[in-house]
Formats: sequence, C-alpha cells, structure tokens
Amino acid sequence: MEIKKTSLYQLHQDSNAKFVEFAGYQMPIQYSEGIVEEHKFTRNHSGIFDVSHMGQLFIYGDNKLIEDLEKIFPLDLKNLKLNHSKYSFLMDQDAGIQDDLIITKINEGFLIILNAACKDNDFKILKELLNDKYKMVLDENRSLIAIQGPKSSQILNEVISGVKDLNFMSGNWFLFDNQKVYITRSGYTGEDGFEISISNDFADKLTRELIKKGSKLVGLGARDTLRLEAGLCLYGHDLDKNKTPVEANLKWAISKERISKGDFIGSDIIIKQLNDGVSKIRVGIKPEGRIIAREKTKIFNQSDVHIGEITSGTFGPSVNGPVAMGYVENKFSKKDTKVFLEVRGKKHAANICSLPFYKKSYVKGTN
Amino acid sequence: MSDVKYSKEHEWIKLEGDVATIGITKHATEMLGDIVFAELPEKGSNVEKDGTAGVVESTKAASDVYTPVSGEVVDTNQEIVDDPSKINQDPENSAWFFKLKIKDKSEMDSLMNKDDYDKFAKETTA
Repeated sequence: MEIKKTSLYQLHQDSNAKFVEFAGYQMPIQYSEGIVEEHKFTRNHSGIFDVSHMGQLFIYGDNKLIEDLEKIFPLDLKNLKLNHSKYSFLMDQDAGIQDDLIITKINEGFLIILNAACKDNDFKILKELLNDKYKMVLDENRSLIAIQGPKSSQILNEVISGVKDLNFMSGNWFLFDNQKVYITRSGYTGEDGFEISISNDFADKLTRELIKKGSKLVGLGARDTLRLEAGLCLYGHDLDKNKTPVEANLKWAISKERISKGDFIGSDIIIKQLNDGVSKIRVGIKPEGRIIAREKTKIFNQSDVHIGEITSGTFGPSVNGPVAMGYVENKFSKKDTKVFLEVRGKKHAANICSLPFYKKSYVKGTN
Repeated sequence: MSDVKYSKEHEWIKLEGDVATIGITKHATEMLGDIVFAELPEKGSNVEKDGTAGVVESTKAASDVYTPVSGEVVDTNQEIVDDPSKINQDPENSAWFFKLKIKDKSEMDSLMNKDDYDKFAKETTA
C-alpha cells in the first residue's frame, strides 16, 4: 500500500523534518532542533503539530442519532451542549478498548476525532452499529493542525480572531481566508491549546502564518514525550482491546448517569469492575535513577514477583528524568509503592506515582 | 588527531601508548538525536573487541555502544553519565566514554582513518 502524505508534507520537508512511517502516513518525527528542544518550546512558547493522519468522522443526525450513540459511548450525550467535547472510547462487548477518541456536538450531528491506526476499522464498526441509518463521512479532505503551549492562544488569535474566548473542551466555526474552520480548545500535551480542522488546500497557508507569528513545528517524537509527561494514554500502547477503561484508570470519563442505566456496549463488564474492583490497573511509574524503562519492561515487587509491565516509558525533558506508565496488579498500585524494573537484565528501583508527571495548565471554562 | 581511528559501529578510538580512549562519533550523535542516558562499563572489567561496552539512549530508543578493541577498562567518564547531553555537545573530545589498557595493538589495523570513516558515514546515511 502506498504511504500517504499529509497536506503539510512540503512544509515538513522545507523544515528539515526527519520522517517516519506511522499508521500508513509519512509523518515528521522531529525537525532540526530535536525532540528535547521541540518539547521545551511547546511547554514554554507554542508548538504546531500536524495530526492530519487522525480521523475526522462527521456523523449527521438529530435526536435519534443521540439515542443510538448513547448505546455505543458511555457518555451523557443528551446533555452535551452544542460545540462541547468529551473524551471517550469505542468498546467491544467485553469493554475492551477499540479506540479512544474525542467527540464534539456540532450543529448537524457529531464530529469524532479518531486515532489514525484505528480510524478505518472504527468507521466500519460504527457504520454497522448504527445500521447505516446516518450519513457518515470520514473526511480525507480536511487536515487537523494542533497548536499547543502557553503562547498559542495569543498566536492563533492574531491569525483567527476570537479563538482566545473558547473554553477548554469546547469549539466553534471560524473563518480563515474565507474558509470555514472548526476549532476546539483541546490537545494532548498537557498544555493550553487548540485543534484546527481545516480544508487540505488551506492547511499549509495557515500553518506558515502561525510560524510567522512565532510558533514552531514539533514532531511526533516530542508529542510522545509531552503526552507521557501529561499522563495521557497512547492507543496501541497504554490502551488496547485487552484493557478496559476501568483498568486504564479512565473511569472519570464514563458518565455516572449512564452507569446507573447500564445500557451501552460493554456496560456489564464496566459495572462489574466498578463494583468488584479490577486485577490490574494503569499507574504512573517514576524510576529512582536515570534509567529509562521502555514499553514491555517487566515490573517486579519487593519480593521479586512479576506484577506487571510498562506500556510507555521515555525521558521527560520537563521533568528532567525518566517517566513511565504501565499496568500492575491492583494491590501494588498505591502511590509510593516501591517496585523494580528489569532493564537489560538488571533490576532498578522505581516508585508508583500519581499522574500527571507534569502539571497541566489548561484554561478553565466558566460554563 | 592523526592517531584517531574509527569503527563501523561509529566509535572513535585514540591511542596513547597502550591506553585507548573511546567515544562515539559526531555522526552517531546526529543519527541518535538527543542523548538522555548513558551507561558505561565497570572500571577494572575486561571488554572484548566488537562486544558491547555501554548503552546510550535518546528520547526514542536505546543503542548499544561497542568497543572496537579488547582491553581492561581503566577509566570511565562520569560526567557524561551525570549529564548525557554533553555527548551531543562535544562527542569527539570531552565526552569520551571509557579508556582501555589494550591487549593487542594489531586490533587497530582493521579500523578506518578519518577520510574512510567520513566516506562510510555518508554512504550509510544515504
């Protein structure tokens, strides 16, 4: 299969990107300044991320659609206000996570942002679950550009006036060059920021203007260190079909109202796990020294018993040390529990810690 | 620096008497990206030609460091363990990795000189 390129491919090349294949797309892993500098620039100023490989699924419909989607997602969609967003997941009957996503109520229905590697399968699953009753468009004609970091609001507002008034996890339509763009105040770095859905033909122009105003391109490498410091999950690593939202410690994202009714896919398992507890759970893990424990590193308790595995681990530039998350047996999941990580045959001390590693600075909404 | 030789695994080696100082090349650091972790062999241990003698990690991945010659580790550079970013800053000088008392000088013969290494590095990148 031919490797796909996003609308910003030329700009990435002009910016000396190092490319990597990711979910069938040629994506920039880093630019000339490198992952650490790009990470820090995002935390201190403003970074632009090409996330056009992610799926933008528009589903058109009215109240009937809301009812049908509530059978799928564990969300109180009836009370989701226009232009407001929620984090959620697509589960199977066993509450295994098939994808994690952001769903936004728009005028004509819903916009769902899906992971690149899952989007085609998600589309198939949803089409089937919705019995083909609604118009569904997995829009390949739109790019998705994220701008993240404390200066992003000011920078984006200079190009698209009014965005600074958006609240966290809400969005609206704006105009750029007479083109309708949908912008949400959201992101995946632990910083204040925005995601901009824009027609492919105008993505390059918008991004170059944001760079002119002082933002910089940031690759997938820094996106990974930023999200991990922020304690956010990466699908295919921290989340997959063998893990449930309760095990992933994401029960905050499940509507209490919907649990009481228990009428969504996977709800039996979710309710059982909420009542009886789970055997494994996702935790933050902080190695004591400088050792980096990567994905699949085995975790042991103080009696040298294997109790779990790392699912993401790297060096956190803002923490200035190694950071990781993984799944351990529930009884070893308490904060400050001492564990050992086996790296290259040696065991290294680490501690279970609360997430995030790096404190968020989201803009809080008033409504 | 005419007495510096290079390996295909992107290490440099500088021989003074029977003590060799070994590090990784600038080209290696450029391929690795930001180095955030370094592990060195233990002082007093013996390492064998082409065997692993350390590890460097970037934000992305871990890579082994090999020794181009055999010998006993007589010194290691703690500074790069404490601040691995020094490896990116000055890889072929102050950010050396370890020093070996070498056994067999003839092991140096198969290594590349600067011109040959530069050519090799260019080819392997392309």
